Amino acid sequence: MRVAVASSGDDLDAPVDMRLGRCANIIVVETDTMNFEVYSNPGALAGTGAGVAAAQVVADAGAEAVIAGNFGINSLRAFSNGGITAYIGSGTVRQAVQALLDDELEAVE
Amino acid sequence: MPEQNKPTVSVAAGKGGTGKTLFATSLAVALNEVNPGQVQLIDCDVEEPNADILLHPQITQQTPVNVLVPEVDLDICTRCGQCAKHCQFSAIAVIRDAVLTFPDLCAACGVCAYVCPTGAITEVNRQVGSVAHGSTVQGIKFVQGRLSVGDQRATPVTKATGSQTDDSMITILDAPPGTACPMQETIEFSDYCILVTEPTPFGLANLEDSVATCQRMGIPCGVVINRDQAGWPGVEDYCAGEGIDILLRIPQDRQIAEAYARGETLADAFPQWRDELVRVYNDVVEALLQTATTKVKE
Repeated sequence: MRVAVASSGDDLDAPVDMRLGRCANIIVVETDTMNFEVYSNPGALAGTGAGVAAAQVVADAGAEAVIAGNFGINSLRAFSNGGITAYIGSGTVRQAVQALLDDELEAVE
Repeated sequence: MPEQNKPTVSVAAGKGGTGKTLFATSLAVALNEVNPGQVQLIDCDVEEPNADILLHPQITQQTPVNVLVPEVDLDICTRCGQCAKHCQFSAIAVIRDAVLTFPDLCAACGVCAYVCPTGAITEVNRQVGSVAHGSTVQGIKFVQGRLSVGDQRATPVTKATGSQTDDSMITILDAPPGTACPMQETIEFSDYCILVTEPTPFGLANLEDSVATCQRMGIPCGVVINRDQAGWPGVEDYCAGEGIDILLRIPQDRQIAEAYARGETLADAFPQWRDELVRVYNDVVEALLQTATTKVKE
């Protein structure tokens, strides 16, 4: 499974960002191998529409799930319509992905 | 100045609560006394229009203000994502099979429809506000813009409201506070901008921003000092240094505040102010004539 994680850093040991829309990078992890790709978030410096811009990156990267500290209404609308599940997560990117695999994360409606 | 083309005056201030609306409505009432039926007051503060509270107009007509937003035909759309890629405001997104529009983020630029290779996007009207038309018992023509609740883009409504300026009338535009787009959009319709301020450091800081905005836009301006009282000379020193006319001083006076709180303009509550208000407009006309003459000589 491909999982997108909002992060303030650029590797698996970087922290999960509190906000999807304004995170520096979106790290997309292939959970079978723990290989990852780093996408910079165009929403980080956007005047408005940050959540939508970040959601577009997540979708274009082919992720099926997304983890962040929190989500705004626009990105959640995008994910729920596009069939991408959003989860609240914390800790490092690696820890958050592991928590998802261990079924410990809560999906956001 | 030809009779058919009367100068339009905007009334602005760097911050809210300075006295813009009190001055603008008072000016309209005083001018209408000497030019009955030839005065128009346009309330361009569409985020919080309130000139009606002081002028008590009868509204006879409401016209909608629309902006264009995209509508996607999902049967034609190939989900190529060009629209989302080109939108500068993230107002449209292609999330896997879903195509989502976010009308409140849309700037109505139309690039999504322009780049769509299959013609799946059409631009449709979306109402973001309205413009009310009416008049007061005394015959002041009244126009007031109002942004729809929940909408955040004031500028299209401001523009639709200010464009009601009638050059054959004496038009007073009540501008929104600050110096951002809606204020600029308003004063652009005017020949002269009257800046209302208070004789305080805070008032001066806002006045400096307002003056700079007028200068950048090439709109001549003068100053009205509201709640004037002796003490701090900063605003006067600044105006003297910049060569900006102080057109009027409205004193710090409890009676004026009480009349305002009752919903009365200066000109209604204190008829002795009418001549002074008319004089302000005449001074503005004179200043504009002089500028025009100077330009011709150059």
